[in-house]
Amino acid sequence: MNKQQSQTLQRVFSRRVALLGAGQLALVSTLIGRMYYLQVVEADKYRMLSDENRISRRLLPPSRGLILDRFGVPLASNFPNYRAMLVAEQTTDLEQTLEDFSRLVPMTERERTKLMRERARNRAFMPITVKEDLTWEQVAQVELNLPDLPGISIDVDQKRYYPFGGITSHILGYVASVSENDLTQDADPLLQLPGFRIGRNGLEKQYDMPLRGKAGESQLEVNSVGRVIRELARQEGVPGADLVTTLDIGLQQFAHQRLASEEAGAAVVMDIFNGDVLALASTPSYDPAAFYRGLTSNEWQELSSDMYGPLTNKATAGQYPPGSTFKIVTALAALKAGISPQATVFCSGVTTLGNARFHCWRKEGHGTQAMTDALKNSCDCYFYEMGRRIGIDAIADMARTFGLGLSEGLDLPGEKNGLIPDRAWKKATMGESWHQGETLVNAIGQGFVQATPLQLCVMVSRLANGGYGVKPHLMRPVSESDQAKVEGPSPYPSLGIDSDFLQIVRTGMDRVSNEERGTAFHSRITIPGMELAGKTGSAQVRRISMAERSRGVRKNEDLPWNQRDHALFVCFAPVHAPRYGCCVVVEHGGGGSAVAAPIARDIMIECQRRDPARRNPNAEGGRNEMP
Amino acid sequence: MVLQLHVTRDQRKMTIGTKLREVSWSMVILICMVASIGFAVLYSAAHGSADPWMDRQMARFGVGLVLMLCVAMVDLRQLMKIAYPLYAISFVLLIYVDVAGHTGMGATRWIDLKFIQLQPSEVMKIALVLSLARYFHGKTYEDIGRPHYLIIPILMALLPTGLVLKQPDLGTACMLMMVAGAMFFAAGVRWWKFALVIAVAVAGGYYAWHAPNLLHDYQRNRILTFLDPEADALGTGYHITQSKIALGSGGLFGKGFMQGSQSHLDFLPEHQTDFIFTTFAEEFGMVGGVVLLGLYSLLVLYGVVIALRSRSHFGRLVAFGLAANLFLYFFINTAMVMGLIPVVGVPLPLISYGGTAMITVMVGFGLIMSVYIHRDMRLGRRSDEE
Repeated sequence: MNKQQSQTLQRVFSRRVALLGAGQLALVSTLIGRMYYLQVVEADKYRMLSDENRISRRLLPPSRGLILDRFGVPLASNFPNYRAMLVAEQTTDLEQTLEDFSRLVPMTERERTKLMRERARNRAFMPITVKEDLTWEQVAQVELNLPDLPGISIDVDQKRYYPFGGITSHILGYVASVSENDLTQDADPLLQLPGFRIGRNGLEKQYDMPLRGKAGESQLEVNSVGRVIRELARQEGVPGADLVTTLDIGLQQFAHQRLASEEAGAAVVMDIFNGDVLALASTPSYDPAAFYRGLTSNEWQELSSDMYGPLTNKATAGQYPPGSTFKIVTALAALKAGISPQATVFCSGVTTLGNARFHCWRKEGHGTQAMTDALKNSCDCYFYEMGRRIGIDAIADMARTFGLGLSEGLDLPGEKNGLIPDRAWKKATMGESWHQGETLVNAIGQGFVQATPLQLCVMVSRLANGGYGVKPHLMRPVSESDQAKVEGPSPYPSLGIDSDFLQIVRTGMDRVSNEERGTAFHSRITIPGMELAGKTGSAQVRRISMAERSRGVRKNEDLPWNQRDHALFVCFAPVHAPRYGCCVVVEHGGGGSAVAAPIARDIMIECQRRDPARRNPNAEGGRNEMP
Repeated sequence: MVLQLHVTRDQRKMTIGTKLREVSWSMVILICMVASIGFAVLYSAAHGSADPWMDRQMARFGVGLVLMLCVAMVDLRQLMKIAYPLYAISFVLLIYVDVAGHTGMGATRWIDLKFIQLQPSEVMKIALVLSLARYFHGKTYEDIGRPHYLIIPILMALLPTGLVLKQPDLGTACMLMMVAGAMFFAAGVRWWKFALVIAVAVAGGYYAWHAPNLLHDYQRNRILTFLDPEADALGTGYHITQSKIALGSGGLFGKGFMQGSQSHLDFLPEHQTDFIFTTFAEEFGMVGGVVLLGLYSLLVLYGVVIALRSRSHFGRLVAFGLAANLFLYFFINTAMVMGLIPVVGVPLPLISYGGTAMITVMVGFGLIMSVYIHRDMRLGRRSDEE
């Protein structure tokens, strides 16, 4: 190769290397440009993505508020649920660990397969539940043997617990799993938590928001497979507020158990002045714990098709013809219409109106009856006559004044309105005009008229408290000024009824209970100072044909259960210084005086013994007297 | 400029001492700086611990440094002599790994020599540069213009590329092709031939994409993933998406040494090897990244200037080929982690954790230095000729 040739080569080489160098420079510029784009222009986006990668937010569920009775006895509380957890990656031999564990705490085959399924679904460092609801002994045993159980640990979670079970289930309701529907209606992130439960019925539903509280949040630093490295920040949630109810659980318990001697029924006791509902029982009831864990479709079928209606709160949602208890309203309406209480009606056992015959419950008749006599004997003919004289609209007007026909606004879901018929109602719903015969039937609480036990209790309370429009409620007022009202005169407005009228009806009721041959004389209270005044009611649920009447009316005992009369009793006590109003309804119980009155008597005795309205709920020792 | 003109003297009779004095120590310092950055990143990647990466990497660098200086002492004539035999040995080794190699990461690439896991493809990068330089040395510009003169060097480049591709190691195969291409270009192969080859390659690529069984599914996926990595963020696109998140979240100045959350929390896969640049740029930001790219560019520039300064065509081509190799190394790696090109397994020279790459890169620097030390040596057409 000569010099010239080698110079040519060198020239070509230098030129081309310079060209390639320029190309390289361009490529490096591209890299820098790309870095500028990623790290400066788009930096914020990637910084956010990087935090999302890194930070995992976990909700800390707040503990649900307690529900207490008026003296602070917990009716719904949170029960620690001790669970054995397993972290698979900490075990040396999973099978062996489980083997050792099941020697301490027996495990069923189903629990084992469920556990293995969970294990397969989760990463090895995620804790999985081995067994729930451990007893104290089991917890102690497991804790003691932890060194020999690698991977096993004990943790605590909260379960809703209703210490009184079915006794309070109609009032408290229950909490149950969140449904798809809830998720669309409620954006609270808590609902997304696995195992979270919301109020589904009763007070748990009514006051779900305050009971629920607010979720806390824990920010955890996690790596790419979700393992927690450390906690970056923690914001504690707000625990749910405790609810103090007006209930006296001792009385509630008593009422429930007393009522349970019959197939189905309801009982309400309230403070006639301030409207505190002291007991609200409905039997039969259901076990709220079954709803907590979730019902099987069989269980659900059984509960919902049960003819005694365990799922219905009969005290607020059971609508019954009030029967003779409604005569209280008819009597007041008559007095208001100007009828003298001394005016008498002769009862021959039957009243005729045109071609129709209206029978008194006593075939032989009651003879000459003034108003309080008619109440004492529950004479139907007297009230037929009153109805005929004053008309349905006057009765309906008085009924509404006493809280019938419209829901009482109790803070429980599902309360029913009952029904107080009048001319306008019939025209509107049936398109027919009112017949006078219907007035007669409705005047004694049969026919269209319907009321809930709660409404009847409100009715008798308004009568007993001197004509104040007391309203029932289940939540105890918490402020100081509200507390003061508990002992003072009724904070509710007067209904504008002449107090003499009220006194006449109360006297009639006194005679029902405390005068010989009164319909509830056998269920009177003999303890001095505790005497009650009441009114019986037996509401017919079937039509008695002319033929049957001529053969002789069949006795309740001979009828199938669901054709028997409803037994009702409303009362207040003590008779001369009333404080408590009560209503007992026994579904298809037969006669009010034979079945409902004794139950009401026992409840009223218990109520006055306990005297929850006068015992300061906040006083020391209130709790100690609880059973 | 650090490279000064020296008085021409007889370089065939230089002593080791003279040669050592002739070593471009500024380049050695530059190399140490880059390697030190690597140590720091490995220390951080191990959550602030020398174990398991940094300490071993330092040991390898130490060995590499000695090896580099040893290679730098070797006379250019000797290098010319061993060019073809080294190529032959590498070629045989490549065939050997194809037949009975050790399987690592789903690809057959290594020969286990007990003390080191030898990657013949890495050795081939150097052997190819040396033998192409050896071939073009002594060819005149006119010779290179004759097509039949190009048959041998083209085969020289294509055969090992084919073998590497078969392993399959797309990254190294591309690098071999591009280094060879750069040397062909610098050697004076005519422009139109490159145009022709590129046209054929595009057509061939189109055919290969559509022909069944020519590309592995994972290679096809990698290309598709590159086009739209976010589409499959937890699958194939995971690497790139996470890498971009880590890079981008570093911002202008970075999260600070040891503060790179993405790489520390294992969101970034391979954060001590192929994706180490991301680890570095997450912690030191764009500023750090630009500095590192600057250091690499400077090293490449050293190689290019040394090539231009060399009086022998062989020396020129060796230095230039190795500089191009270094450039391709860091460019492909960084462009890959930034999501500019498909994910191919190319480490970041001097910084990525790994033995063979470190040794071959250091040997490469040694050869560049040898060219520098022997820059004034004139070589005949053949190695034993004046």
